[in-house]
Amino acid sequence: MIEFRSVSKQFPGGTVAVNDFSLVIPSRKTTVLVGSSGSGKTTILRMINRMIDPTSGSIEIDGEDISTLQPVKLRRRIGYVMQNSGLLPHFSVIDNVATVPILSGMPKKKAREQSLALLDTVGLDRSLAHRYPSQLSGGQQQRVGVARGLAANPNILLMDEPFGAVDPIVRAELQAELIRLQRELDKTVVFVTHDIDEAFLLGDQVVILETGGHIVQVGSPTEILSDPANDFVASFIGADKGKRALTIRKTPRGEILVDSEGRAAGVLVPAQDGADR
Amino acid sequence: MNLLLDAIRWVFDPANYGGPNGIDTRSGEHLALSGLVLLIAVVIAVPFGYFIGHTGHGRGIIVPLSGGVRALPTLGLLILVALNVGIGVVAPVVALVVLAIPSILAGAYSGFEAIDRRVIDAARAVGMTEWQILIRVEIPLGLPLLIGGLRSASLQVIATATLADYVSGGGLGHFLFLGLQTNNYPEMLGGSIVVIVLALASEGLFGLLQRLVVPAGVAARQPKDVRLRPVRSQTALG
Ligand SMILES: Nc1ncnc2c1ncn2[C@@H]1O[C@H](COP(=O)(O)OP(=O)(O)OP(=O)(O)O)[C@@H](O)[C@H]1O
Ligand SMILES: [Mg+2]
Repeated sequence: MIEFRSVSKQFPGGTVAVNDFSLVIPSRKTTVLVGSSGSGKTTILRMINRMIDPTSGSIEIDGEDISTLQPVKLRRRIGYVMQNSGLLPHFSVIDNVATVPILSGMPKKKAREQSLALLDTVGLDRSLAHRYPSQLSGGQQQRVGVARGLAANPNILLMDEPFGAVDPIVRAELQAELIRLQRELDKTVVFVTHDIDEAFLLGDQVVILETGGHIVQVGSPTEILSDPANDFVASFIGADKGKRALTIRKTPRGEILVDSEGRAAGVLVPAQDGADR
Repeated sequence: MNLLLDAIRWVFDPANYGGPNGIDTRSGEHLALSGLVLLIAVVIAVPFGYFIGHTGHGRGIIVPLSGGVRALPTLGLLILVALNVGIGVVAPVVALVVLAIPSILAGAYSGFEAIDRRVIDAARAVGMTEWQILIRVEIPLGLPLLIGGLRSASLQVIATATLADYVSGGGLGHFLFLGLQTNNYPEMLGGSIVVIVLALASEGLFGLLQRLVVPAGVAARQPKDVRLRPVRSQTALG
């Protein structure tokens, strides 16, 4: 469990990126921070691995105040995946993935073997192991980034718009892959995006942020969709219009759901057990 | 061009080889002096350059300082130092080290500054210590530009080391000063030709080295066929 207690961050220039932010991030669940550009998502995320230190307030991981921990040690037990993959250009794929275990003292041979297995986990062909990042597609680079994030077998995985720079088809693939991975690995994932669809797709808990890291609403996708906290949320999630505002239309062959434009979006079927999130 | 022919004849005349004032001996001195100067300059400039490049601190002081030093006339500095330490090899070493430092310093810090910030940020975020970032990320990725700085420093030093013999510091300057005194222009020109050959050899060597140190993954991004690449005009004039 990660807990933010009244955390604020003011940058040297004077910008208050995060103001009095409190949140509990449950273990083994995916929490998605979503909000428009500049709302403080990255700042909040990077305070978890002490890439940024808060100006005030405290952050605890499983009850331990992280300001008492050594940043380097802390970072090695937290996976970090970012938009442009952040791979080292002069390291081969396998060495990129093996970076953290090797830094932590694992013998090279063992670290490489384990990294090969991780390539399978993230759906990359082992034949790519000896390529360099510049010889991979954007989607492949992101997979390597995820594999690297998982390499030290961390309990926590931080992801900052990891799929923001790939095309929609690849993004959908990567999202599906992450859902599958999360089902297998059961990490505490903190995921940043400004795409509300992505947030609802991936998040067990979704946190909607406004400028200054101000929380507008926290809840499961179901809770947020069924009861938007205010007009801002309603319009942000598109509940009032577009493809989320569905109405039932009777047709001679049964009932279908149509969106606000009148386009068919689906059909009504009886609920399955456990389908509710 | 009779003079040029005479000069070339001088360079190839076996009578001008061997002994303390042979072209071979003097070339050896010239290279040894230049090598020593580069070594000392590297030892001084690289740590400073790496410090600036890694931390971003000190740029405001050291960079203008080394730029200002660049404007010092080497001959003047040479005489000034020689007046204090006497004639011999020390004064030329000092003056040439001062000449070599700015290029090497610039190569060292610009090599670091040219690295994508996000790469370094990611290295830190996955848990590298500052030393590990320096050794595993910044130094290898910054090496080509450092070698570039060394390349232009070497060119400057080899050309300017001719001044060393003005204060009895040895090297190929001997032929220039002697030729000037005795109106032996073929000798002067011949001495210059040897200096030019050494300078070109240094260019070639460092140019090759510069290619060799480009890390594999970075080189992989460039087109395989080098003939397709536009030729960079790097025949530096100092
Ligand atoms: N290092 C910094 N120095 C000064 N100001 C900063 C720094 N990093 C971020 N900020 C400011 O803090 C605010 C929040 O930035 P942050 O990067 O957390 O936003 P974000 O929600 O991640 O935005 P985006 O969706 O564009 O990535 C912005 O106003 C930004 O300009
Ligand atoms: Mg961000």
